[in-house]
Amino acid sequence: MRWVDLVKVEARIAPLKAARPGDGRGSQSARVSVTETGGQLSRSSTGGVARLVAGGVWTIATADRLEPSIDEAVNTLRGTVEIDLGSIVQIDTAGAWLITRLERELSARGVSVSLVSASENARRLLEALAPAERDVPPPPETIGVVQELLEAVGRTMVRSWEDLKSGLGILGGVVRGLSIGLRHPRRMRFTSIIFHMEQTGLRAVPIIALMSFLIGAIIAQQSAYQLAYFGADIFVVDLVGILVLRELGVLLTAIMVAGRSGSAFTAEIGSMKMREEIDALSVIGLDPLHVLILPRLIALILVLPLLTFIADVCALAGGGMMSWAYLGLPPDTFITRLRDAVALNTLFVGLIKAPFMALIIGIVAAAEGLRVAGSAESLGTHTTSSVVKSIFMVIVVDGIFAMYFAAVRY
Amino acid sequence: MRGAGKNPEEVIRGRGITVGFGDRLILDNLDIDVYRGEILGVVGASGTGKSVLLRTILGLQPMRAGEVEVLGVPYSDAAPAARSAVDRRLGVLFQHGALFSSLTVLQNVQVPMREHLRLSPRLMDELARLKIELVGLAPDAADKMPSELSGGMIKRAGLARALALDPDIVFLDEPTSGLDPIGAADFDALIETLRDTLGLTVFMVTHDLDSLYTACDRIAVLGDRRVLIEGTMGDMMAFNHPWVQQYFRGTRARRLGA
Repeated sequence: MRWVDLVKVEARIAPLKAARPGDGRGSQSARVSVTETGGQLSRSSTGGVARLVAGGVWTIATADRLEPSIDEAVNTLRGTVEIDLGSIVQIDTAGAWLITRLERELSARGVSVSLVSASENARRLLEALAPAERDVPPPPETIGVVQELLEAVGRTMVRSWEDLKSGLGILGGVVRGLSIGLRHPRRMRFTSIIFHMEQTGLRAVPIIALMSFLIGAIIAQQSAYQLAYFGADIFVVDLVGILVLRELGVLLTAIMVAGRSGSAFTAEIGSMKMREEIDALSVIGLDPLHVLILPRLIALILVLPLLTFIADVCALAGGGMMSWAYLGLPPDTFITRLRDAVALNTLFVGLIKAPFMALIIGIVAAAEGLRVAGSAESLGTHTTSSVVKSIFMVIVVDGIFAMYFAAVRY
Repeated sequence: MRGAGKNPEEVIRGRGITVGFGDRLILDNLDIDVYRGEILGVVGASGTGKSVLLRTILGLQPMRAGEVEVLGVPYSDAAPAARSAVDRRLGVLFQHGALFSSLTVLQNVQVPMREHLRLSPRLMDELARLKIELVGLAPDAADKMPSELSGGMIKRAGLARALALDPDIVFLDEPTSGLDPIGAADFDALIETLRDTLGLTVFMVTHDLDSLYTACDRIAVLGDRRVLIEGTMGDMMAFNHPWVQQYFRGTRARRLGA
């Protein structure tokens, strides 16, 4: 139900029962009814003096219907104008503002204006508005689309540079924190590290195991169909084994962890930043990097290789099950074939990448978290960009590793 | 009692309000009345349910029993449409301002106008700037984000938003907490001025003895899960209850009275 739908603009019956704010104090009228009648501004002229009679309800609810008549009066009236407020039955600040505006704009055009027979309530409101600012400050200058585009590009470049700097700053702080921790093991926060290992590691095991099992099964099923054309179905085992162990196991685990734990890090650190908890830590003499970021990073670096290993095993199990179902390859044959297809180094190629990916996820998440400003919106933006950036960086790093291993023929 | 006639009109009428969390009752069979045009101060020790009472009247907190009538409408079990019609005649200043952090002060004040009314952008800008000026903020505060404001400015901006639709009743949750004494006194004076010019009824939860002395017409003291006493400052002084005695006649109060 919209208020304005109830407004009957031309109704002239004064809603005497509706108490006015202000002078309604002490009145007995119960304001149950929400029906409003409209306000109006009628015009007459006597002996060269134009008379404007404002009547009815002049409140915020009727203001949108009154505004055009105000503008019209301002544009057409000249000479001497008398504004009669006597028949206004209800007025609030919006109505008083419209009258103030009418008076000011007419005066600005050289019209001499006088207000007559204002009720005590109307006069009080008009007086309260009298010092109100005369001019609305001009809106900020708008710029062209091209300039806006260029500005956005420039800003992104600058921000990427800042990203790199803050990321390196955190990396430096973490290395320093680690070296201190190695010299004084008592200052390492083992409780915190174990807690975060549980949060990011143990609790992620079910979802990562399930996801990897399904991915292994899907790869086996798809390649079984394609390889059957060449009568090379046995190579399903090689394909699943190498693809999963070298690339997919670690990549998908890292993406899952970036989405699951990277976002949580950013949100935690960001909301602590918002509530000045980070500042409180610094004032107490604790380094937020050491207290908040280092334990999370260490936990992530320890846990991601373990999760990768679990993912590898589950994906191979999924592939083995699918090969059994589609190709009739019994598990013991699958395992024998797998032993020929992959060597220990295949597994290590995948596992070596895991700590580096953990480092990237942790640093990106922490850097974004520390950049959260005061608003809830900013927390959301930075959490999103934390996940997007860390997944992107994980894939870039995976590519660099692939080139490296190809170059060293590992 | 300033402003109220012989037979004052009740704008809020709560009867038998009972609110609890788990097996703990916060408010038990509490009655409260607020009359048109008055400034009612609600006080009580921490944890006696002052804010809970405010939230209950506003319908933000479910009741176990009881009923609340706001502006003559049975608010606690009104249909959504009737309730929304009452809602736009209420303004609330939350304890921490509750400004929308992604909008500027001007946009914050315009939110109720945008949602409930059809106004031209120009008029909406003018009215919002008017409200911002009315609560004593500098005109350039209008285009600032809430995170750029000081504590006192946030309270004022929150009040400007509460006043956006020229409400009949304004609820203030600890409006002067976190303000310096001069800022708090200014704020009290502002509330009084607005009450006089706009004809507001004010329901104020407060801890501030200064506010109670200077601004409030009537005081309600919460304790033992109900209203211990309501009345003027004189009634408080005469009332024989250890907490009330300590609160109004303690060292801090005596310093004010002297």
